[in-house]
Amino acid sequence: MELNKLTAHELHQLLIDKKISAVEITNAVLDRIDQSEKSIGAYITVTREHALDSARTVDKKIADGQSIGVLGGIPIAIKDNICTKGIKTTCASKILENFVPPYDATVIQKLRAENPIIVGKANMDEFAMGGSTENSGFHVTHNPRDLERVPGGSSGGSAAAVASDEAIIALGSDTGGSIRQPASFCGVVGMKPTYGRVSRYGLVAYASSLDQIGPITKDVTDCAHVLNAIAGHDDMDSTSTAAPVPDYTQSLRVDVKGLKIGLPKEYFAAGMDSEVEQSIRNAASEYEKLGATIKTISLPHTDYAISAYYLIAPAEAATNLERYDGVSYGVRIDGVDVVDMMKNTRTALFGAEVKRRIMIGNYALSAGYYDAYYLKALKVRTLIQNDFVEAFKDVDVILAPTAPTPAFKIGEMIDDPLKMYLQDVCTVPLNLAGLPGISVPCGETSTGLPIGFQLIGRALDEETLIRAAYTFEQR
Amino acid sequence: MKVTQKDLDTVASLSRLRIDESERAEVLGQLDKFLTYVENLQQLDTSKVEPTTYALPMKNVFRADVVKPSLDRELALSNAPLKEDGYFKVPRVLEE
Repeated sequence: MELNKLTAHELHQLLIDKKISAVEITNAVLDRIDQSEKSIGAYITVTREHALDSARTVDKKIADGQSIGVLGGIPIAIKDNICTKGIKTTCASKILENFVPPYDATVIQKLRAENPIIVGKANMDEFAMGGSTENSGFHVTHNPRDLERVPGGSSGGSAAAVASDEAIIALGSDTGGSIRQPASFCGVVGMKPTYGRVSRYGLVAYASSLDQIGPITKDVTDCAHVLNAIAGHDDMDSTSTAAPVPDYTQSLRVDVKGLKIGLPKEYFAAGMDSEVEQSIRNAASEYEKLGATIKTISLPHTDYAISAYYLIAPAEAATNLERYDGVSYGVRIDGVDVVDMMKNTRTALFGAEVKRRIMIGNYALSAGYYDAYYLKALKVRTLIQNDFVEAFKDVDVILAPTAPTPAFKIGEMIDDPLKMYLQDVCTVPLNLAGLPGISVPCGETSTGLPIGFQLIGRALDEETLIRAAYTFEQR
Repeated sequence: MKVTQKDLDTVASLSRLRIDESERAEVLGQLDKFLTYVENLQQLDTSKVEPTTYALPMKNVFRADVVKPSLDRELALSNAPLKEDGYFKVPRVLEE
């Protein structure tokens, strides 16, 4: 039995039945890492000793007759923009190459209560800016399903680790699709919860009004378990919602009878890959057979979402990334005075995409352009949010492609930033509206590349997403 | 071109970044192409639309004003590139 190929809930059963140990699971995953990291490159840091120590602690608990949570003893990859106390957290940036957080993110604190095994920090696009993980300051991650292709991004390392069995589960972050798109490219499940459902404390900020942490897993059941562990209000994040957290595993039910599913016509626009489109339409037919009703709907401002997103996110990023100035943490390159030092540091250590977004953001916020760009984008954000409010008067969930194409080739788009931005057309509207979304594998292209669909839900209605996704998965 | 050489210098200065002479044309071209694309927002009449900054309806968030333990000073300084006597140390800011 190759333990690293199993899901968290399968491993949990074997653990509590005392058929296997947490050390055995951890060794299986670490062996797999040794075997495949050279070709895949999912991790920036592998925490071998830490992982084995944690595994021994879990085994001792089990031997002592203590109960363990579903995630106890389960190897997990953490995206490298989530602070882990004592474990280097780089955001895939040379500017944070040596940063060791003195505290844990709230999600890590919450996870630690369940004793999962942190096996490493996953690669990503620098500061989560990108859709291919090619913008990592350290190395490119390869898609486990086709090594010549990107794993998607920015949580490409997390998705690749789960898809290649180099981790059982992972955490990613999603600002404009960074969990869902890599999940679809790698053939795994990825969820962006509602904005505010999960605390952002300790998530290194990219665009604070859009960022959200979420699970990347092999199946929907594991997704529900991870969401259970990380969701909830946090005093340290005043944007986290006080809404009660349901037990998401209660939604693991095969039941979509009477569920009203909307297909937004704007998401099937020109430029979409025909095999992706066919696959999503097939999924819609399957849902119909399972008892749901399908209705074509309109989200009329979809065409403006990329523009709004790529003004708002860089504007917030320009502000958030001011803190990398060579003073309080990270790497410093000296200069004749303090401004010279800051310019030297930032110019040498930020990558091209990060610099580009900082400059776009500062341009959009600067005197004379603020109203035309930033304020305009915030108003269009309202229109996009209203589109969803209107749509959810008629339907319970929305079914759409996660990405307009399957995984593209490494190097294919990196020289054309705008072309890369347009890849996010199906994912950014949810972040602008704050809504939850889940990407679920729904087929393959003729050449064997994974295709994922995305279910979009009402704010705080992750339960319907999990139920609908689970029903499809179990069909 | 929507973006001038002077705009580029201003935005680079605001960003505390330097743009190498050899990259100027490319950076300017990319910024210009991007700003041309986002022009599509101007097609929308937003004169009666309020801006949205946060996704969920959220009012002021209050909590009790209680002193809680905070990060130990040494720990807070542990990642500093340069420190002295419990402070971050930076190059000269003011003239002598």
